[in-house]
Amino acid sequence: MAVATTPQTTAERAAAATRRGRGRKVSGGAVAIGITAWVVGLLFFSPVLWMFLTGFKQEAQASTDPPTFFFTPTLDQYRAILDRNFAPYFINSATASVVSTILVIILAMPAAYALSIARIPKWRDGLFFFMSTRMMPAVASILPLYIIAKNIGMLDNITFLSLIYTAMNLPIAVWMVRSFLVELPKEVLEAARVDGARLLTEMRRIILPMIAPGLAATALICFIFAWNEFFFAVSLTATKAATVPVFLVGFITSEGLFWARLSAASTMAVLPVIIAGWVAQKWLVRGLSLGAVK
Amino acid sequence: MAVDAEVPVGTAPRRRPGPKRLSTRELWTRRSPLLPALVFAVVLTQLPFLLTVYYSFQSRNLLRPGTAEFVGLSNYGKVFTDDLFRNAVFNTVELTVSVVLLSMVLGIAFAVLLDKRFFGRGVVRTLLITPFLVMPAAGALLWKTSIFNPVFGLLNWVLSPFGVGDVDWVSRFPMASIVMVLTWQWTPFMMLIVLAGLQSQSPEVLEAAKVDGATAWATFRRITLPHLRQFIELGILLGSIFIVQTFDAIFMITQGGPGQATTNLPYFIYLKAFRAFDVGQSAAAGVIVVAATIVIATFVLRVVSNLFQEEA
Repeated sequence: MAVATTPQTTAERAAAATRRGRGRKVSGGAVAIGITAWVVGLLFFSPVLWMFLTGFKQEAQASTDPPTFFFTPTLDQYRAILDRNFAPYFINSATASVVSTILVIILAMPAAYALSIARIPKWRDGLFFFMSTRMMPAVASILPLYIIAKNIGMLDNITFLSLIYTAMNLPIAVWMVRSFLVELPKEVLEAARVDGARLLTEMRRIILPMIAPGLAATALICFIFAWNEFFFAVSLTATKAATVPVFLVGFITSEGLFWARLSAASTMAVLPVIIAGWVAQKWLVRGLSLGAVK
Repeated sequence: MAVDAEVPVGTAPRRRPGPKRLSTRELWTRRSPLLPALVFAVVLTQLPFLLTVYYSFQSRNLLRPGTAEFVGLSNYGKVFTDDLFRNAVFNTVELTVSVVLLSMVLGIAFAVLLDKRFFGRGVVRTLLITPFLVMPAAGALLWKTSIFNPVFGLLNWVLSPFGVGDVDWVSRFPMASIVMVLTWQWTPFMMLIVLAGLQSQSPEVLEAAKVDGATAWATFRRITLPHLRQFIELGILLGSIFIVQTFDAIFMITQGGPGQATTNLPYFIYLKAFRAFDVGQSAAAGVIVVAATIVIATFVLRVVSNLFQEEA
């Protein structure tokens, strides 16, 4: 039903107004809802908070019964992690995520343009083709990718991993960018056409500035998926191109011994994406639903 | 709805040019912006899959690439009669269904909470989406150590007032442990999609229901839930597609064990390929997974297509 046919702005304003109205008279029910929501929110966040705290403990304080809540924070674990040569993994993750995100945007922009504003014939088929590539399980293509990489000497190579991540994120980006493009006011584009703007000029001077926030959101979401990716990283890299999640694999066997160190490493591993996600949270749902839900 | 009636912006001066009026050359000019992305996607996703199909008819060892030979459908026969494969199928279904349902129920509950106005709503929303942002590999390791550990874990500490002793969660309830971690990770995803649905409700209709004296529950059941239906469907279907592919949590927490208790299809295929080096069987299993995914994906595309037509 009327998901997007509702006149968005008026509806939103009305909704905001009713919500504001409801908020003014603070009833018992509203307080209960607030408290419940906070409890649930903190509960869901607690594993992350615990990781953050544990990273500043000494190992002896990290595994105690009952858990230690008060301690003198130390940076020892972070120092230990950096001494264990964490930096190359971090740089590999950053390289693969940033390079793939840039490539994705460069490829997705024109594709989304062709599938929305230019409306080439069969544009729907094109869109759904991209979506279907995103739904294909990674396990179905890992062997050929591994064998090809091995044959052309690209195994354990960060460029190859970046290309895989580009393919992985391309559908999300095409769908998202397209959803921003269809929202552009048509008059502006028509005016540009009348002025005789060529395709590239039109893109650079008119479309690009208008969808810049949307592009930034798309980029952040692609960055998140690339940074967190594990399956391709663990299958296709070994030492030279290994990324941060592969670094964490080293902690599986040393279970119970280095919790504080593991927490410090995990904090560094998750921080870039948590920050990116908090910044992009307004657009997160659009990215997750491939642009289907605003 | 009414896609055809809409004026394609790019061709505004020549309204609805029939296919015959577009010369081949013009068609390619208009298609050209699409081509790089299309070629890229085909080369990196479709061709490897075709190769997987090709390998699935071969007997091939990953470490001895020269020894491939054509064996027909025998890999499929071996995979289908393999108890471990059937076990993996069953585990995958159990895992996916549990996680999708649990995270959807929690997601709806949280979305309803977040749709209300209360102090610090933005902060609570941010806290709630964080589990989805945490690198799954890191999240899984943290749950395994600091939450599930029988002696020092937070879970047993929280449950100790209720008489729960030093339970070794991962070895005694391996599947439930994995389900718990994944539910924690996927609830925000469901919540965000449902919340978007809630916030797209027309406030006039809700106001009208209130004026007519409908109770909050009746309004939720009769108006909100039907409106949410397609959002819930979308969440369930997209969630299924991603959760079927779960790999990180299993690799990090249980390594598919104890025994084969938590080996799902992706992990099974990974083991076949990179531990047993059996390219043929691994590829055959991969093809089967894709076939199953296509079934789910068909439904997804239908739902998205509906959402999408209303927009266009």
